[in-house]
Amino acid sequence: MSDENGVIYRISGPVVTATGIRSRMYEVVRVGHEGLMGEVIELHGDKSVIQVYEDTSGIRPGEPVVRTGQTLSVQLGPGLLTQIYDGIQRPLPVLEKTMGTFIERGVDADGLDLEKVWDFEATVSVGDEVAPGAVIGTVQETETIVHKVMLPPNHSGKVASIESGSFNVTQTVCTLEDGTEIQMMQKWPVRTPRPYHQKYAPDTPLVTGMRILDFLFPLAKGGAAGIPGPFGSGKTVTQQSLAKYSDAQIVVYIGCGERGNEMTEVLDEFPHLIDPNTGKPLMNRTVMIANTSNMPVAAREASVYTGITIAEYFRDMGYDVALMADSTSRWAEAMREISSRLEEMPGEEGYPAYLSSRLAEFYERAGRVETLEGEDGSVTVIGAVSPPGGDISEPVSQGTLRIVKVFWGLDAGLARQRHFPAINWLSSYSLYPQSLDQWFRDNIASDFPEIRTEISSLLQVEAELQEIVQLVGSDALPVDQQLTLEVARMIREFFLQQNGFHEVDAYSGLEQQYKMAKAILTFQDSAKKALAAGGQLEDVVNVPARTNLMRDRFEAGYLDRVDGLVDEMNKQIAAAAEDN
Amino acid sequence: MSGKEYRTITDVKGPLVFLEKTEPVAYGEIVQLRLTDGSMKNGQVLDTSDDMVVVQVFEGTAGVDLGTGVKFMGDVFKLPVSKDLIGRILDGAGRPRDGGPAIVAEGEADIIGAAINPYSRQSPHDFIQTGISAIDCCTTLVRGQKLPIFSASGLPHNDIALQIARQAKLKDSDEEFIVVFCAMGITAEEYNFFRSDLERTGALENAVLFVNLADDPAVERLITPRLALTAAEYLAFEHDYHVLVVYTDVTNYCDALRQIGAAREEVPGRRGYPGYMYTDLAMLYERAGLVKGKKGSITQFPILTMPGDDITHPIPDLSGYITEGQIVISRELHGSGIYPPINVLPSLSRLMGGCIGEKTTREDHKSVSDQMYAAYAQGRELRGLVAIVGEDALNERDKQLLDFSGLFEDKFLRQSRDEDRSIDETLDLCWDLMQNISTKYLVRLDQKWIDKYHPTEKK
Ligand SMILES: Nc1ncnc2c1ncn2[C@@H]1O[C@H](COP(=O)(O)OP(=O)(O)O)[C@@H](O)[C@H]1O
Ligand SMILES: [Mg+2]
Repeated sequence: MSDENGVIYRISGPVVTATGIRSRMYEVVRVGHEGLMGEVIELHGDKSVIQVYEDTSGIRPGEPVVRTGQTLSVQLGPGLLTQIYDGIQRPLPVLEKTMGTFIERGVDADGLDLEKVWDFEATVSVGDEVAPGAVIGTVQETETIVHKVMLPPNHSGKVASIESGSFNVTQTVCTLEDGTEIQMMQKWPVRTPRPYHQKYAPDTPLVTGMRILDFLFPLAKGGAAGIPGPFGSGKTVTQQSLAKYSDAQIVVYIGCGERGNEMTEVLDEFPHLIDPNTGKPLMNRTVMIANTSNMPVAAREASVYTGITIAEYFRDMGYDVALMADSTSRWAEAMREISSRLEEMPGEEGYPAYLSSRLAEFYERAGRVETLEGEDGSVTVIGAVSPPGGDISEPVSQGTLRIVKVFWGLDAGLARQRHFPAINWLSSYSLYPQSLDQWFRDNIASDFPEIRTEISSLLQVEAELQEIVQLVGSDALPVDQQLTLEVARMIREFFLQQNGFHEVDAYSGLEQQYKMAKAILTFQDSAKKALAAGGQLEDVVNVPARTNLMRDRFEAGYLDRVDGLVDEMNKQIAAAAEDN
Repeated sequence: MSGKEYRTITDVKGPLVFLEKTEPVAYGEIVQLRLTDGSMKNGQVLDTSDDMVVVQVFEGTAGVDLGTGVKFMGDVFKLPVSKDLIGRILDGAGRPRDGGPAIVAEGEADIIGAAINPYSRQSPHDFIQTGISAIDCCTTLVRGQKLPIFSASGLPHNDIALQIARQAKLKDSDEEFIVVFCAMGITAEEYNFFRSDLERTGALENAVLFVNLADDPAVERLITPRLALTAAEYLAFEHDYHVLVVYTDVTNYCDALRQIGAAREEVPGRRGYPGYMYTDLAMLYERAGLVKGKKGSITQFPILTMPGDDITHPIPDLSGYITEGQIVISRELHGSGIYPPINVLPSLSRLMGGCIGEKTTREDHKSVSDQMYAAYAQGRELRGLVAIVGEDALNERDKQLLDFSGLFEDKFLRQSRDEDRSIDETLDLCWDLMQNISTKYLVRLDQKWIDKYHPTEKK
């Protein structure tokens, strides 16, 4: 028996042990008569331990195992956008075509459509020196996105020939003087970060259109955020809203070990939803990866790497990419499951000891960089975390919080009150305001950070007052504190609450966010004056114009009307004081 | 291949049997054991290598000794499927339990069930009217949804499940559901309760029952729901039926899973349950839904009892992470004599948003449901405060909300076991109750619905 071919020695769920091959770590192998795809994850003397990306029922010891010489890689090139893949980059539509409704096993599928012909436009000429990562041409991949065809990071030289025209992704579009032929498709091993020149400190916010996020806990382009929360608190809705409304140019959405129907929903919706930033269907900028809870766990483990590698590839073209992983806990559980089959020494709660380093390595692949080509590109990573029982003292939440700079903590209590997004404003935080404040001052309003501080401190004060109210009732408070409670209620109900499904209010631009926050503070000022002038709290807070100001945000064109509505509210409040 | 019989057992531990080197045995292969007294048991391969095979024995290992013969049946577990399953009662391993003939198979289906390609799914959107106000208004059930009942011992979850099975229908349609009922370790008394109710209403003729009772082998429970779901998939996707799968009690299933994990000396996860329990449960719960190009559907209604009434226990917790919502039964409401004692606050239907509204239920449904919910939540919270400071310390708004929460439970939640309210009746009832709150506090209601539906303020 040669080193290339071996046989199965043992099968235990998704973990298969082979003898007779001399494989390398992380090499892809073919397992059994059906040629199931697997990856070598441990070597023990003459035994290779393989995690298999498909169901292993019915496979027997003695069946063949064949080396491929490749490490687990993705195909990168035009055709990624609008596609939906499983965890190992098999396009789900192709799987449907070959197998029907249910995913059977043993089927290979290329990540890119190798037949499809694209219009390649060369952007370098014969004789040009091209460095690793250099853009040599472009393809209009979707209506809104120009795909930049880059030299793979390990190639450089002088262009010997290059031609614009129609090519598929495996045809040579350019040759270098040393004879290297360059195609539009390149491959990259998923577990290796793609190279860049240098990392920059982020200084621009990822605008999400969600008031609580942008205003109170902003995330930077190139930053990383964690969204922990118990089931039903809004992780998925938040992630989907980010995929819909954030001002990233490319979105990679990973459904990692979660529900099938949630992916179907994205597939149904995104082609019809309009990107508020480009006015074109959202699907144009989206790549999806769906390895749902009932699909093989080993492929679930791979899915986040597949996703982040695709994200880095678009970053290398100079795009701002946002990646959502829902849920990173399911990824961690996949690691745990494989690790326990390997009979590794378990760490905390049965997770492997390397859990926190894997989490750190993953989030480290986020960042704002100078690409090899000298462009500015970024990958922002937003990971959902699903702590058992909602208790974030567990290893995945803790491992994540040690790395990410933004914590959007979802709260079951708020979700139960149908306060959405159910992000707890007292426990959440962002470490980015320092670096983003200049941007907010320059682009939105010079006092943006100060307004934010006022709003946050009102919420803090409310929390303290609520403790007293719990003991004595709100009527026992002095009237100025009762007003503070009313103002805080307005912050919560008018500003923080935002139904992710509302046609109008689901997205709120930064300028509108700022005006709404100012409107609340204006209400506070006017009401204080009115009370000082002898107005009754009950009359002052219940002026109809304030209700109008609040309700009107559900109608389109609110931004243009806010100022008028605020004026009207001020008038009525002043009048309420005079009536007395 | 139904090969030779081995007598190479080396170890027996809990429900597991360990054998020395045999012919190559497939992972997941079905196994037959012949005990020295001649009786037979069944099992399945959990681990296989050149040197050693581990078999999980469904009926438990009582009576197994080193002389027990082990035969590998050459294939993984399959269920003979046929339309004739309808109307039959089978045991937890799929054998007739009703004294009827063996099922004449039209085909065989692997009971593990391949995953539905997410790209091939179709989003569920058809409203199922259950006739129970709390569910229809607040946690709307959708055809193709997996919506479990989170209950606890001594609560009337079975009555609710049966009421739903009896009353569930699409609005303006009398298309019937086929009920696939799966019992996992429930008592004979509970089972008889289900069976006689199905019998009484004639539903039994349109049902398939898979029955593993409390005194049946525990490990067998690991395959019973897979049989039921395999039957459901066959009926839904090969024969266009709309199938409602009711299975109870998921907690017993999980305990059997834990037993296997312990016998294999696996590193346990939370509270001793295996680390892969999430994935394992997902392989049951995800076998629900609709797929493109097929007319049938699978709606799942699993029942689980929360140990210690604790919703953070791994069984409800992992379930809630997979299912499309949950209906939570409350001991407190039950204690105050309310049926159905559904606590709508922690309950949720994740698919509700896409299935309610003008075209399906009624235009005001979303607004009404949000408002009912919010008002009740606030009213409930005030109860705690009142206990400390007394009702006099409340302002007008709070007083109204507090009173409303009582009405909500007494008039809205409460209904009888055979009361089948239409969605219009339910929503009208909501408006009726909301009159008790001044409209200026009803901030979740769109003005246009107040103008149209409010009993005293409509225009
Ligand atoms: N921002 C939001 N706006 C409106 N509803 C929301 C929002 N977030 C969550 N929800 C509601 O909560 C339910 C559960 O949210 P989901 O994101 O699926 O929770 P999780 O992923 O944390 O389990 C949704 O089905 C929806 O009804
Ligand atoms: Mg979710």
